[in-house]
Amino acid sequence: MTIQDRYPVKHVLYPYRRSADQDAEVPARHPVVIVGGGPIGLALALDLGLKGQKVLLLDDHEGVGLGSRAICFSKRTLEIVHRLGAGAEMVAKGVVWQKGRVFHDRDEIYSFDLLPEDGHRCPAFINLSQVDFEKFLADAIDRAAEKGAEIEMRGKNRVDAVETNENGATLDIMTPEGRYRIEADWLIACDGARSPLRDMLGLGFDGRVFEDNFLIADVKMTADFPTERWFWFDPWFKSGASALLHKQPDDIWRIDFQLGWDIDREKELKEENIRARVDAMLGPEVEYELDWTSIYTFQCRRMEKFRHGRVVFAGDAAHQVSPFGARGANSGLQDTDNLAWRLDLVLRGLAGEDLLDDYDSERVFAADENILNSTRSTDFITPKSETSRRFRDAVLALAADHAFARPLVNSGRLSLPCTYDGFGPDDLEGPARSRPGAPAPDAPLNEGFLLDHLGWDFCMLGLGVDVPEALDAHGLAVTGLVIKEPPDLIRDRYLGTAPGAVYLIRPDQHVLARWPSFEAEAVRAAMARALGKAGR
Amino acid sequence: MTLKLDPNLSDPDGFYAALIDAHEALDAEASAALNARLILVLANQIGDLELLKAALDVAK
Ligand SMILES: Cc1cc2nc3c(=O)[nH]c(=O)nc-3n(C[C@H](O)[C@H](O)[C@H](O)COP(=O)(O)OP(=O)(O)OC[C@H]3O[C@@H](n4cnc5c(N)ncnc54)[C@H](O)[C@@H]3O)c2cc1C
Repeated sequence: MTIQDRYPVKHVLYPYRRSADQDAEVPARHPVVIVGGGPIGLALALDLGLKGQKVLLLDDHEGVGLGSRAICFSKRTLEIVHRLGAGAEMVAKGVVWQKGRVFHDRDEIYSFDLLPEDGHRCPAFINLSQVDFEKFLADAIDRAAEKGAEIEMRGKNRVDAVETNENGATLDIMTPEGRYRIEADWLIACDGARSPLRDMLGLGFDGRVFEDNFLIADVKMTADFPTERWFWFDPWFKSGASALLHKQPDDIWRIDFQLGWDIDREKELKEENIRARVDAMLGPEVEYELDWTSIYTFQCRRMEKFRHGRVVFAGDAAHQVSPFGARGANSGLQDTDNLAWRLDLVLRGLAGEDLLDDYDSERVFAADENILNSTRSTDFITPKSETSRRFRDAVLALAADHAFARPLVNSGRLSLPCTYDGFGPDDLEGPARSRPGAPAPDAPLNEGFLLDHLGWDFCMLGLGVDVPEALDAHGLAVTGLVIKEPPDLIRDRYLGTAPGAVYLIRPDQHVLARWPSFEAEAVRAAMARALGKAGR
Repeated sequence: MTLKLDPNLSDPDGFYAALIDAHEALDAEASAALNARLILVLANQIGDLELLKAALDVAK
């Protein structure tokens, strides 16, 4: 019996091994089963494992797939993986960048800087291949497992069928040695954009397909272009309707060419045809190797709901965006960040299952924001009508001479974390960037950074205001952290003109509430809202 | 007053999307007619003839 690989594997991380479950008389029952070992499944398994949960991850391959997909990983993603213990290696290997330039023909018409201020542990972006990103997560899982985290990964375990009921799901799994079944209290579908689980449950995935093809070429060469994102509309070198050049580690450069809708894929993928386009861009004298090439069409779509009883969808399985803006994996990481602490509390019996409905509403809201931004960028790059093209060309023509047109130039609005506005009252006249719902901004603290001090629990952060070391709220310990004399950057980012404040911060580092002074009852009330215990 | 040529839109992406949406499903002629009406509405908002002439020069 075989399981065909759907793509070549670059690093074998979890080779197939027979599990005792395959010989069990009755299907073994697991508290959490994650299907899919892409970046999202791996990050979720690691987060839950580090929180002390027993996790089983199934993937139909034995490791990380070869190929080129994500390269741009955002500051928020790095903050999340930093908490998970995989951030330092990624930043060390990745190419750090924050600036982009947009050209029309030969002229520079627009530029941006994604992090024009200092005082953050993580850079605005790094470029790192998705292959390496996944490998570093898997390494962190191995390290966590050595220290006792109960994370098991089973390769060549393909989920072929699922039955669900109110207590969980039963999975039919295919392996090289035949079928077996397991049961799960919670099933988390991280099985990618084509999500077989979504299909098995008969759930929809609606949205838009963009009628365009993009050739992605990862090229190995030594070149000294700056580490900026360079994007051309109607490039003078005529290799596509648009083009992108971006540096990755190991002398690899990501190049994209926009090919149009009616193309002959096989012809375009021939090496000589790809080389003709790359030569025109780089000049005939530049030597390079083609590391990886593929052609993609892009879509923006999402499931209507991400939670279906005991089955929860995350990452591309739940929502898909076009890559202009790097909002795919980056938003998926925010899914796991939002989901892990909730599932942990539910599994510990500290919160009701309804807590996962807030995952659904917050991440659906975030997906809509990502889809909106990605759709707008793609509409600008790939105008869908004659009129749309005419306006686009007018913007490009005006932008060369007139600053007013430049903010309209849209080659991708790069991934930012979602602010979940509407958490409840904002009781401090503080800076907007740290309002309730926003991800807590980082800032230097002592020898390190503020985010590292927030810990894994709910946190009361007293800035120039005393808070207790711990507070019991609905069976949960909220930990206190006092910064008696907040340094300037913390003042700027959290206090503004306020003399002091208390911030209540969730385990995913989003601000839940803030006040000018400490009151235990206010903290408990905000906790009740966050835990779904306040009545909705 | 002089013609503003520095960025002035409060939400550039939102405006651009609304503009393109307004043309959704219109044929070329209907789109051109919509644009003509839109220019007249915006011209009225600007009011001043000298400014409008300056805008015409930028667009030409
Ligand atoms: C050209 C391109 C460029 C991109 N650039 C970026 C970027 O710069 N930044 C960014 O953030 N995102 C980018 N993305 C998006 C990013 O690649 C995806 O968002 C990301 O891979 C989603 O991760 P995932 O874990 O949800 O799904 P996937 O990575 O698709 O992983 C799904 C996993 O599930 C497994 N699986 C599937 N079915 C089964 C089954 N029945 N049983 C068991 N296992 C199964 C698969 O083998 C796979 O390992 C880009 C995408 C493309 C195509």
